[in-house]
Amino acid sequence: MNWTWFHRFGSAPYMYGFAQRWTPWFGGAALLLMLLGLYGGLVLAPPDYQQKDAYRIIYVHAPVASLSLMIYTAMAVAAAVGLIWRMKVAHAAAAASAPIGAWITVATLVTGSLWGKPMWGAYWVWDPRLTSELFLLFLYFGYMGLRAAIEDPQKADKASAVLAIVGVVNVPIIKYSVNWWNSLHQPATRLLGKADMVWSMVWPLLTMFLAFMLFFAAVLLIRLRAELLRRERGASWVREVLS
Amino acid sequence: MFFMIVATLFPLTLTPELSRLRDAAPGVLWIGALLSSLLALEFLFRDDAVDGTLEQFALSGQSLTWMLFAKTCTHWLLTGLPLALSAPLAALALGVPVAALGSMIAALALGSFALSLVGAICAGLTLGARRGGVLLSLLTLPLSVPILVFGSDATRHAIAGTEIAGPMYMLGAIAVLGVTLAPLAAAAAVRIGLE
Amino acid sequence: MLNVQGLHLWRGDRHVLQGVSFEATPGRCVLLTGKNGAGKTTLLRAIAGLLEPEEGRMTWRGASVRDTRDEFHSELAYLGHEPPLKGDLTGRENLHFATGIRRVVSAAEIDAALARTGGTAFADRATRLLSAGQRRRIALAGVLLANAALWLLDEPTTNLDAEGQQLVADLVAEQLSRGGLVVAAVHHSLPLVAGTLTELTLGVA
Repeated sequence: MNWTWFHRFGSAPYMYGFAQRWTPWFGGAALLLMLLGLYGGLVLAPPDYQQKDAYRIIYVHAPVASLSLMIYTAMAVAAAVGLIWRMKVAHAAAAASAPIGAWITVATLVTGSLWGKPMWGAYWVWDPRLTSELFLLFLYFGYMGLRAAIEDPQKADKASAVLAIVGVVNVPIIKYSVNWWNSLHQPATRLLGKADMVWSMVWPLLTMFLAFMLFFAAVLLIRLRAELLRRERGASWVREVLS
Repeated sequence: MFFMIVATLFPLTLTPELSRLRDAAPGVLWIGALLSSLLALEFLFRDDAVDGTLEQFALSGQSLTWMLFAKTCTHWLLTGLPLALSAPLAALALGVPVAALGSMIAALALGSFALSLVGAICAGLTLGARRGGVLLSLLTLPLSVPILVFGSDATRHAIAGTEIAGPMYMLGAIAVLGVTLAPLAAAAAVRIGLE
Repeated sequence: MLNVQGLHLWRGDRHVLQGVSFEATPGRCVLLTGKNGAGKTTLLRAIAGLLEPEEGRMTWRGASVRDTRDEFHSELAYLGHEPPLKGDLTGRENLHFATGIRRVVSAAEIDAALARTGGTAFADRATRLLSAGQRRRIALAGVLLANAALWLLDEPTTNLDAEGQQLVADLVAEQLSRGGLVVAAVHHSLPLVAGTLTELTLGVA
């Protein structure tokens, strides 16, 4: 198999150009899908049998919840790639994703909390899924804290990479926590095939999932460009790009 | 010592009612154990890093993984194990029934061992970092959550007199996972930390 | 036996090692010279494997150093700026410990090494009570005990009096005559036999 395309991504100027070209596409698609999904979820979909309209927060909560786990995993994978193949761009991608992941996790906790009030009568309960999501936030903080505390950038890259990889163990625990422990949080709803929800509720949800992933891609590419410029500020290609 | 003080602070600050203390006991004991471990973890590698001995370990041509495993075990024998063995004093003060003490010691011993293993990784990563002690706690806490959850669960069951096998097995599984993987990660962490 | 090619290393923003290349052969000592901050310590640590270079290749006996790290380390003795001694142990105990993690060592060997470096008189005091020069003599005994083919020495004569500096030169000469290699970073030159020295100056743009 020809791996040139993979190694091309290892080049900072190439990645910068790639990010510059593709950001508007990802961003535009994300916006479009988000509008579509929100319209479908907030306007078109029928009210829930039990929760009436309160359930509609699922159209934001579920996508950001998945995204918080996905970003951490992506971060760990990027860090591992950086460590194994010694690609600076991979380390830059991991560094760029961390703050996004942290904010998305905060969004998960906030939207979940807002949903919790009408559902369970409380803004916060100490149940396994919520608690482990909170600890995911702490993992993000730890990652960013470690990066900030180490002066040498190469050492910071490698140390935070090891931390990210070790922390990935937490991700399956969060995902399956609702199955393992008695929890107030509802278990995963089957969306396709023998679905638990009607199609008119499902398609906006799937659209929102996709929209948020594209949103992450767009924001990541923007941050990645800034990160690459910062890391390679002495290089000639940076001077060319900025002039 | 620290563990003892923490454990006795709880009855002072919460309530002298023994039945309520008993409910809180698993949490108090395990959080106390965690905090004591975090304090002790700072010293796992610090002296050796400062005087250059850790570097010589990395340069010895022998497996750094095994050496760090040996160091972690020794560290646990001097910090975690005494903590587990002295826990009965604190536990009795919190109203834990005598019948539960044996399994409590076992759970604390196993849990503190797993904590030392995981903490070794974070200790290696924070070598030479700014605010190393605080950072070490921040990094170790999220990773130690599974140990805390199952450990306190085991102690809670022991106090209630119900079956403790479930959480104890999970704790054991975590410890085994830790023994096989953590020293490798710790060796990688230390090599990076020494740069 | 030790071949370094095109070594590039950045520490943060600084391009510390800019394409360093040299070869060290048995019986020759490579002297690293250069101003403070030129990268002498960095180069020694990179060869020892404590720092990872961004680019470049290092081979020992023809095999890549990165692939055969443990074998390479077992033939290497590294002495940094500070002698790696544990303050609460005596010199003798330190040597026993430091050498013991590499190989089995007997008390007689330790005595012989201490005698060679002039450390016998204070070998049984806790090392934190010793002067810097005395600690360095103990550390040099440790280098002897390592039985290593390659010595990496960072400023080995620091804190030593004139007699001590001659001692270092003698030890290096003996190592070279045994067919060993030495790479040493020095500020002042080492009084070595001509013909066994290669000088490599770092930090010259």
